[in-house]
Parts: sequence; structure tokens; C-alpha cells
Amino acid sequence: MSAITREDVARLGALARIHLTDGELDVLAGQLTAIVDAVAVVSSAVDDSTPATSHPIPLTNVFRPDTVTASLSRAEALSSAPADQDGQFRVPQILGEEP
Amino acid sequence: MSEMSGPTARAGHAMSFEAAMERFDPVFGIEVHVELNTATKMFCGCATAFGAPPNTQVCPVCLGLPGAMPTANVEAVESAIRLGLALNCSIAASSRFARKNYFYPDLAKDYQISQYDEPINYDGHLTFELDDGTSVRVEIERAHMEEDAAKLTHVGGAAGRIHGAAYSLVDYNRAGVPLIEIVTKPVQGMGSRAPEVARAYVAALRDVVRALEISDARMDQGSIRADVNLSLRPRVDGEDAQRAVPLGKRTETKNVNSLRTIELAVRYECGRQAALLAAGRPVVQETRHFHEDTGRTTPGRSKEEAEDYRYFPEPDLLPVVPSRDWVEKLRATLPEPPAERRRRLQREWGFTDLEMRDAVRGGVLTLIEETVAAGAPPAGARKWWTGELMRAANDAGVDIAQLPVTPAHVAELEGLIAGGALTDKLARQALAGTLAGEGSPADVAQARGLAVVSDDGALVAAVDAALAANPDVARKIRGGKIAAAGAIVGAVMKATRGQADAARVRELILGRGGE
Ligand SMILES: [Zn+2]
Repeated sequence: MSAITREDVARLGALARIHLTDGELDVLAGQLTAIVDAVAVVSSAVDDSTPATSHPIPLTNVFRPDTVTASLSRAEALSSAPADQDGQFRVPQILGEEP
Repeated sequence: MSEMSGPTARAGHAMSFEAAMERFDPVFGIEVHVELNTATKMFCGCATAFGAPPNTQVCPVCLGLPGAMPTANVEAVESAIRLGLALNCSIAASSRFARKNYFYPDLAKDYQISQYDEPINYDGHLTFELDDGTSVRVEIERAHMEEDAAKLTHVGGAAGRIHGAAYSLVDYNRAGVPLIEIVTKPVQGMGSRAPEVARAYVAALRDVVRALEISDARMDQGSIRADVNLSLRPRVDGEDAQRAVPLGKRTETKNVNSLRTIELAVRYECGRQAALLAAGRPVVQETRHFHEDTGRTTPGRSKEEAEDYRYFPEPDLLPVVPSRDWVEKLRATLPEPPAERRRRLQREWGFTDLEMRDAVRGGVLTLIEETVAAGAPPAGARKWWTGELMRAANDAGVDIAQLPVTPAHVAELEGLIAGGALTDKLARQALAGTLAGEGSPADVAQARGLAVVSDDGALVAAVDAALAANPDVARKIRGGKIAAAGAIVGAVMKATRGQADAARVRELILGRGGE
């Protein structure tokens, strides 16, 4: 049982750049708590002797050679762009968000 | 440092660096991003050629299109392990990739593939020397693999600045290019030498990367980029007592893209933070940007708010588990460490510390090495590359290796001097011809008619004329004042347009003058 608070949801919303109303915060906090609780059931099936894994298949070292393969044409690359200019993707202004 | 000159004079609120260092102890860390020179990107087969038209080296993987799956570039992994070994790191028995989540259009996926809790290299160190020969060892926390982001051009609004930009154009050619990020542990105990140490560390790291030939290692082109984080704490007596003082709030300065800038940024940030702390105001934990033009840093976004990357393991990439065999094979390919190479060359060439430092600073070590290999004496090779040629490169604003003069040319020139065909002065003229694209020094000497006048008859006539024109000097020479001969040598050299062998002229003067 791990309750997701309204503050948690507000923070996630801010990180995901989603504006949430007060009403939505309440609804989502409840829904997310239910989801997290449902997933937490998995924890009851394992004990400390079970190592955490990030990959379900026991494969490692899958690489590709450093050989150039075909890229998309620029027209193809830009075909799904909402806007483009001078062969580049055109995006809205970003306010102080440089990573 | 004077408050009256240099970029910091315009800083306004900053305390002078010296005053800051009297009251505070700086602790810094450096993150360096090295762009690898692989033919293809980190997780897809798109080419990495620099300068290609925008968005022509992109595919579903590096554009983050749904369903596209990444696969790691084995060459990039090997470069990462080799760099780790060269930095005395432990190579992780198992290492995995992670997603670093953030929203910014420089990555179309809305996350960057990086490494988080299991970097491929960890716990290394790099030892290097400062200008006065002091040896410094910087501990390295990790050196991990990740992908570069796209290049954004901000259009409209306040010229190129992010705030107020009307819109941005994105070129994804650079998105997905392999990077290695090298992170130091906190560097402390350097006091007022912190700026110098920061600079020397990045220079030493660049030299290692260059020797490994895993990157173009050009800071001016962004293939090596540094972020410097820095904090101050009150200064107390005693090294142990100083280390026990808790670290202050730190800032991270980005945009530090030359060795000189690293030094300036550390100095400026020390002064800025010191002024705040001295006034009883807090240092805000934030990212700051260094501005080359003003020598100042200005705040970017606030760290506490933005730095929640919610890392989690990248499910689409499998762990990297380098076998001992593989690692040892890569270890066998490591070049001689740059610091050791320098010591060896200095020993072999018999250079003084100062001569060696000039050669290293000028980036001409390899050029001298190749000139010596082509048959020139080390002293001669050094003289041309750190003198005449370095000036020519600076004047032309080009990298010295891009001059039309090769090590073979310089060796040929030295051969002409040693054989008596050219004097030093004529050699300089021949070299000027080679720099102007007129061919090898021997070609230029022939074409321009540069040759030592070795015909004694012509020289004797010139000496006699000079002695006759300067009876006082002639008298002094006759009276045993040999030093006076210099004036006559000068006159003869002038008369022969520099084409005489000065030593031979001197012999003749002393012979004739005594008569
Ligand atoms: Zn691609």
C-alpha cells in the first residue's frame, strides 16, 4: 500500500508538462494509487533471495558493427514534423528549459 | 589578478579572486563529454559525418519513431573501455544502459539513453603536471556511455538567446552520436590553484583522448565539452580540518568550451559565490552559463526544479558484459600515456623543462617527433616549430598542423643549413617560400637564388670594402679588440644580402683586419 498524494501527481504533471486541475489531481491520485497497489502484488511473490532484473532474457553483449547503413531521406524524416523550415524541424519557443 | 583589467573587471558584483581565496576554500568537479569519432551513431547505423546538410543522417531510431529499436555500436563500446583503461578505471563486469527522461526537443524520444547505476568504467584517476611541474592526481568517479543530442538553432526573439526566441529549428544529425562522459570526484585541497588545476585536468584528459584516437578532441568544434561544478566553504587552517568542513551549495557552469574558458569560469564563479557568501546571502544551486564575451556566468534553469530525470533501466538494450579476454585485448592496444611519452621525449631530445613546455603548449610534440624522425636534430626541429612556424600559424589563425610546411620540409631545411648551403637567415626566407606554397625549401632556395656566398674572392672584396669604410673599427680590430668585428660582419652581411656565411666572414675579417 503506497498512497500517491495530490502533491506527487502535481509534481509528475509538472515534469511531464501536463497542466492538471485540482479536480484532476484528486482523481488521478486515487487512480495511480490503485495502479501502484496492483503492481505491488508482484512483491509478495518474491523474497530477498530473488535478484532484481532489468531484462527478462538472459542475453548480453548484443552489438552492431560500426558500419554505415541507409538513413531516411530528408523529406521522409520531415514528413511527420508538425512544421519544418530550411530542412529542419521547427518547434515552438522553449522558455528556460535548456537541459 | 587586477580588478581593473580583463573580463572580470566588468563583473561588478564579484569579489576579486584573491580576496575570495583568503576567506573560502573551493571544491570543484568536472564533467567532460567526449564525442567519439566512430563512423556511425551509438545506437543506429546513421553516419556521423560533421557538416552534413541538416536531417540527412537520421533514421527511425535516432528520430525516436515508434517501434524503432536501438543496438549498441561495438566500436563505441570498445572506445569507452579503452578510455576507461587509460584513465585507470575499473571496467564493470556488467554494465547497462538507462533512460534519462526530460522534455526538450533536442531528443525526439523525450529521453536520452545514458548509463546511471551501472556505468561501464568507474573509480579511475588521472595524474598530470601543472606548469611549474607540480604533480596533481584527480580521482575519476565514472566514465560512461551515452548519446549526444540534436543541435538547436533559436530563431527570432533576443538574438539567439533561449528566452524570447520565437521558435527553434532542430537538426537531428547529431542526435545519437556516441559520447563518453567522464565525471571526476570532488577535487579539493587546491586552494587558489583550483582554476589552473581545472584547466590542466581537461588538457590532460584531451591529450589522453587524442592519444587513443577515439575522438577528434577539438574543443573549438565541440567534440570535447566541459561542465564545471563548484562550491565554496569557509577556509580553516589545517588540511584535515579543511576537509572536515561540509561542502557548500554548488553551481554547475556550462558552455565552457576552451581551456582558457575553464580557468576563467572557475575564477569568476569563485569570486561571485564569495561575494554572496560574504554578504550573508545564499548561493543558489543552479546551472549557469559562461559567456565568452563578458567573462561572466548567468543563471540557467534552477537545478532543484528541473533535475528529476527519473532514470530507469533501458529495456531495449542488453547489458554489456565485457569478458576478461576482451578487456585485455583492448588494454594491449593502449598507446603510451601522454605524460610518460613527454618524459621519454624530453630525455631523448635533451630539452630543458621550459623548451619542453613550449613544445607541449604549442601542440607541436608530434610534429617535432616526425621532423626528428625525418633526420633533423631535435634542437633544430624545436626551434622552427615553436618559433617561426608557430608564429605563422597564429598569424594565419590556423592550426599549426594545417600549414603547408611538413616535418619533411623542416628536416630538409635543417639539412641545407647543416650542409652549409643556407645560412639561418636564408633558411628563414626559404621557409617563407614554402609557407607561401612555393614548394619545398630546396625548391624555393633554387627558384629564389638563395645560396650562401662561399666564393672567398667576393667575400674578401666585401670585407676589405667594409674595413675601408670603417677605419675606426679596423683600428680596434688591429689593436686586438676582436669583439669589434661584429660591426664589420653586419656590414658584409648587408652587402651580400645575407647570403654570406657569417662564421666565414668573421674569419676573413680577423685575418684581413690584422694586416
Ligand atoms: Zn539513426
